[in-house]
Amino acid sequence: MWMKSVKQIALAGALCALSVPVFAKTELTMFYPVAVGGALTKIVDGIVADFESENPDISVNAIYAGNYNDARVKALAALQSGEPAQLSVMFSIDVHELMDLDAIVPFDDVVSTQEEKDWLAGFYPALMENGVVEGKTYGVPFQRSTIVMYYNKDMFRAAGLDPEKPPTSWEELAEVGTALTKKNADGNVAQWGAMIPSTGYAYWMFGALTKQQGQNLMNGEGNETYFNHPKVIQALDFWKDLGSKYAVMPEGTIEWGTLRQNFLEQKTAIMWHSTGNLTTVKKNADFDFGVAMLPAGSELGSPTGGGNFYLFKDADEAERAASLKLVKFMTSPEQAARWSIATGYMGVSPAAYETTELTEYVKTFPPAAVARDQLQHATAELSTYQAGRVRKLLDDAIQSVLTGQNTAEEALNSAQKQAERILSRYK
Amino acid sequence: MLLLPAMCLLVTFTHYPVVKTIARSFYGFGTKWESKATLDNYRYLLEDEVLMQVLYNSFLYAAITVPVSIVLAIAMALWVNGKMAGKGLLRTAYFTPTVLPMISVANIWLFFYSPEIGLLNKLLGVFGHGGVNWLGDPSVALYSLMAMTIWKEAGFFMIFYLAALQTIDQNLYDAAAIENAGKWTVFRRVTFPLLMPTTLFVLVNALLNAFKLVDHLFILTKGGPNNASNLLLYYIFENAFSFFDTAYASALTVLLLLVLVVLALLQFGVIEKRVHYR
Repeated sequence: MWMKSVKQIALAGALCALSVPVFAKTELTMFYPVAVGGALTKIVDGIVADFESENPDISVNAIYAGNYNDARVKALAALQSGEPAQLSVMFSIDVHELMDLDAIVPFDDVVSTQEEKDWLAGFYPALMENGVVEGKTYGVPFQRSTIVMYYNKDMFRAAGLDPEKPPTSWEELAEVGTALTKKNADGNVAQWGAMIPSTGYAYWMFGALTKQQGQNLMNGEGNETYFNHPKVIQALDFWKDLGSKYAVMPEGTIEWGTLRQNFLEQKTAIMWHSTGNLTTVKKNADFDFGVAMLPAGSELGSPTGGGNFYLFKDADEAERAASLKLVKFMTSPEQAARWSIATGYMGVSPAAYETTELTEYVKTFPPAAVARDQLQHATAELSTYQAGRVRKLLDDAIQSVLTGQNTAEEALNSAQKQAERILSRYK
Repeated sequence: MLLLPAMCLLVTFTHYPVVKTIARSFYGFGTKWESKATLDNYRYLLEDEVLMQVLYNSFLYAAITVPVSIVLAIAMALWVNGKMAGKGLLRTAYFTPTVLPMISVANIWLFFYSPEIGLLNKLLGVFGHGGVNWLGDPSVALYSLMAMTIWKEAGFFMIFYLAALQTIDQNLYDAAAIENAGKWTVFRRVTFPLLMPTTLFVLVNALLNAFKLVDHLFILTKGGPNNASNLLLYYIFENAFSFFDTAYASALTVLLLLVLVVLALLQFGVIEKRVHYR
């Protein structure tokens, strides 16, 4: 009996000794968001696992943290409570606020070798717009998108339209939409022409409409907004008109979260949505669909969107180096290509599109390149100081117009006035 | 001395945060601390148009969800308290919504409410109705939230009523039967008065929940459209974590605290006098 327990203890000791690594591991904690649903967490876990097997001295704890808002809240709460987090993927437009909170460090201070500097310079410039402030790079693009137009080719054929000719201008969108809107016998709409979501990220969709009018919503410093510029008002009027005047879109707000399902169940012929939905739509659509750039007002346009990598201030040398290694790995052309194929998000650098995998994929599935091609017409996403509050002002204004509580001019004038008051401190 | 362990916990997790919140509402500015106390955060309370809307929503939300779920709870409890086949199944059915987490419930209802593919509009469609934009129409959104809350809460309160009903002495009903009292009279003169202690308990809980439970807003409407369904606690969350304005959020929290204290005093002061404990 006594001998037996000694043996057990010895065995336990031996096991312990075996499991202690030869050198200390660097532990990293990172949070990341998923804004479009689907099985994206598995893909991130897969990439992280590959990184760990390539770098046995680093262990990464990747935590899925909900949508962009939730991810920011969780990461900041962890930091404030003293839990470790060395890096995170967060909303690309959080940069001003994260700087204001003194939570992040620029990548310029961390990269040292020429190779690392080249890496930092290798991304699409349009994707860097939201991440660079005062000449320093705080955000490195990871899950980045533009808004693209998904359309149901079967419905186009049924309505006698050319399925290879999606609408390219606002007028065409209204025309095509009218042809695609079908009513059933009792006069209720059974199939809508188009849907643009107006909850969740209404300001983002609106950024596309204003860019198509050739007008940005804010300046580069993030301390001035142009919400009541005449062209911005026109843009909102057009959005409202799609519902009220042309009746090709339901009136009231359209839910971001269920829109993809609407499209998949063929309740709408056209939807504007993040390119991050592409692979899920491809897998689940039991009809022929196409993807096109958003139609043009006076010009083409879409804001970029999505999440960037940020490095948190609270980290020691080893952790900083390991974090950089992880970010470099996850944004490397091979991983970016893999990520893009698995999700629909963009490959973040031109090099990603030169990899064999992505070149082949784009050849067999051309929609995968639409978001990238649209980049040359893209602008930064709405990002200002006090971004949460300013964004909400615009969201509320948009929703009040779409639900018929206010005219575009009234709502945007009032939003602009309040935004000016908030931003006056940052000039 | 014996109190010390409990005191430590209470001070750390209850008293200290309260004091800090109150302090922050006077000394805070955004996420930073100021050296001088100001009333700026409170002054902004008065100017804040969104807050007025939010307060109105919150009170309306409480005023409707609380009584309706209580009445439903009593009705359901009476119904499943009777003798009938399949009683257990029925009780389970009523209780199921309570067991589910609010977030999953909200996700299910998000698809019920979805205008084109949702269950509710499909049902309306059968009757030739064009359907309602449940969450996207500002005049409907708040009521849609209420309906879901009632569905979820009523089953929970039913359990308390069911327990209370089973403790009522059968003799009282026998006596009532001898007096030849009608069903309604029995309920009004015997059952309901004896349920009063439960009602008080449920009422306090329901009112607290009406101000405390906002999980479904995150999924269903995020307070929209244009704040039509925004509730006080969600607004506090928005200010603290979306806008990073913890100082103003603290001022709002103090306001919420005052509202809850006043409500609790009212309930215990006014209603308790009319409750018969045995």
